[in-house]
Amino acid sequence: MDWPVDKSTTLLERAEIPEKSLRVPQLPDEPVSVVEASGAWVTANLSDLWMYRELLYFLTWRDLKVRYKQTVLGMAWALLQPLLMTMIFTIFLGRVVQVPSDNIPYPLFVYAGLLLWTFFSGAVTATGNSLVGNAPLITKVYFPRLIIPIAAITARLVDLGIAFLILAGMMIYYRAALTMQLLMVPPLVLLMVLLALGFGLWTSAVNVKYRDVGIALPVLIQLWMFASPVVYPLSLVPQRWQLAYSLNPVAGILEGFRSALFGKAFNWPTIILAAIFTLLLLVYATYAFRNRERVFADLI
Amino acid sequence: MRNIITVENISKRYQIGTSHQSTGQSLREALNEFIKRPINRLRNNGYEADNEIWALKDINFAVEQGETIGIIGSNGAGKSTLLKVLSRITEPTTGRIELFGRVGSLLEVGTGFHPELTGRENIFLNGAVMGMKRSEITQKFDEIVAFSEIERFIDTPVKRYSSGMYMRLAFAVAAHLSPEVLIVDEVLAVGDASFQKKCLGKMGDVANEGRTVLFVSHNMAAIQVLCKRVVWLQQGKIAGEGETETVVKNYLGEGAVAAPERVWDDAAVISGNDRVRLRRACVRPVNGSANDNITIRTAFTFEFEYWNFEPDVHLSLSLHLYNDRGVMVFASVPVREPTWHGKAFPAGLFRSVCQVPGDLLNDGLHRALLLIVKNESEVLLRMEDALIFEVFDSVERRGNWHGKWPGTVRPDLDWTTEYLDGDLQKGPR
Repeated sequence: MDWPVDKSTTLLERAEIPEKSLRVPQLPDEPVSVVEASGAWVTANLSDLWMYRELLYFLTWRDLKVRYKQTVLGMAWALLQPLLMTMIFTIFLGRVVQVPSDNIPYPLFVYAGLLLWTFFSGAVTATGNSLVGNAPLITKVYFPRLIIPIAAITARLVDLGIAFLILAGMMIYYRAALTMQLLMVPPLVLLMVLLALGFGLWTSAVNVKYRDVGIALPVLIQLWMFASPVVYPLSLVPQRWQLAYSLNPVAGILEGFRSALFGKAFNWPTIILAAIFTLLLLVYATYAFRNRERVFADLI
Repeated sequence: MRNIITVENISKRYQIGTSHQSTGQSLREALNEFIKRPINRLRNNGYEADNEIWALKDINFAVEQGETIGIIGSNGAGKSTLLKVLSRITEPTTGRIELFGRVGSLLEVGTGFHPELTGRENIFLNGAVMGMKRSEITQKFDEIVAFSEIERFIDTPVKRYSSGMYMRLAFAVAAHLSPEVLIVDEVLAVGDASFQKKCLGKMGDVANEGRTVLFVSHNMAAIQVLCKRVVWLQQGKIAGEGETETVVKNYLGEGAVAAPERVWDDAAVISGNDRVRLRRACVRPVNGSANDNITIRTAFTFEFEYWNFEPDVHLSLSLHLYNDRGVMVFASVPVREPTWHGKAFPAGLFRSVCQVPGDLLNDGLHRALLLIVKNESEVLLRMEDALIFEVFDSVERRGNWHGKWPGTVRPDLDWTTEYLDGDLQKGPR
């Protein structure tokens, strides 16, 4: 014998779910994505990146927004940072130590260097820590991980753009001659961006497993600055060391950048060397990143 | 209807012990391990297998478009790993999954939220994280705001939101902005009853729009309402798959070994974290021990002993009792507890006792879920099946009925009957 109960009664009301409608979207014939263990060789998966391009925009925008949130001066810091540095170096190195500057007014000379260097160091630091800083996202949602370090770079690009406005103002103030060589500015800036991306990608991926990298990075960056012609010209380096010195890709790019701005002769070998180094680094870093990407969520 | 997800032979292996799952490894540790590994390998006769666990092993199933499929299983059965593999957060070790739609994720509601950004900004950011286009987000924006009931605060940074507002917004974003496949992991563990109801209703709508829902829950009542089909995982393998009612019944019957007393004295057994840790739990008749039977008439007590490692926190327990059909019989919190309620707990060992009167529960197996909650909002510890015990029937109260007594509870209610009138002429005849 059975007790006469209404079996449909539970704590939750079944009636709340409405009848099925027929607005069912069509599924594609081919899978949108396939999940499986990736082989040893992985590529950059550009189509996936393209699908998530809006995320790149939003992460860049978030980085900018959060960085300048609760600051009184806001985006003005993007101008103030290199300007204040320029003042400090002009006073101490330009006036007191009298560092030569290839016959360019020292403030203009050092600002041009600091402009690119501030971008580079900021971008590398931000990128290197970007994956670890976004751990909650990485362990909870899928999207191409490459977006995170790339967004860290693009956020710094906005700062770079603003800092360029000041450079233009200074060039006019110091009556710097405008030459055809200015056309080399965009490719050289691009080279710097790619170098920062390559180096940042590699550091960010390694930093996921070995946090030592994140700690050592600021020290390395500081060292790198003094090993690069940021606040002094390449010509200050003794002749016999110049070749070894030029192996530093930042040196080649910075010197080329100044030559382009101030109409001096390009030192092509160093620029080409820097370009080759940058491209090789970028390819290797992308490979290393993609190769480690599969274990990010398990390690971070 | 076509399959939107097909899962073939998925397995996932984790290394335990040697690699650090939660923290980054420092170079020194890596070097150390590098030197020690060959030695360990010699010692273990070349086997490293003890360090491996298969979180998932040979999982096969398919999900149809528009289906709401439930995934059930006890803690550690591999549910979270399966979700992580499905949502491409982590790679499977072997096997293949074909996805015919974009998979959103609700692994933890509000994951992509940034505290400094406003509600409006977070909606767009979160949508982008889930792979939605800006136009799709804009289109759903008003609906999200309306669902979450935060119109007035939409331009306030979410760090100033109450936890309820945060939850509502997070669920609304996830449910509205998820692409073709929505993954819902135990969202119903939080929020008040009306909000939970709203969430369940929304999930039904999602399915009706032809979107697919993967619903993970320990709440069997919700599973039974929402899902026609469930997959039951046990130790990384599929223990059952098919029609909800059958599988849920098997799942609840499985491992139904009464555990009226449990002691966690081995630090290796997970009974907490670095903030609180359960030491002992027990259910026993008021004047007896855990070995004594509890009948439907018996008044009994729950006892929980736990370490608090963090000084100066307001701790509160939350006891949820479920019957053998997975229906929650009651939930109880110590709001009238006389000594410690509302006070700051120092670090140390505590015992909380809950008295349950007799003549309340129906017979059958009961499971107690225990939460230890900080400041009445943050769940520090969640222990499923903290206690499992049988409530035995009692012959005295059956009358002439010998079948299974229905009902979630079985109170002993007073009945009275009076003879009112003998004059049948007053009747409705």
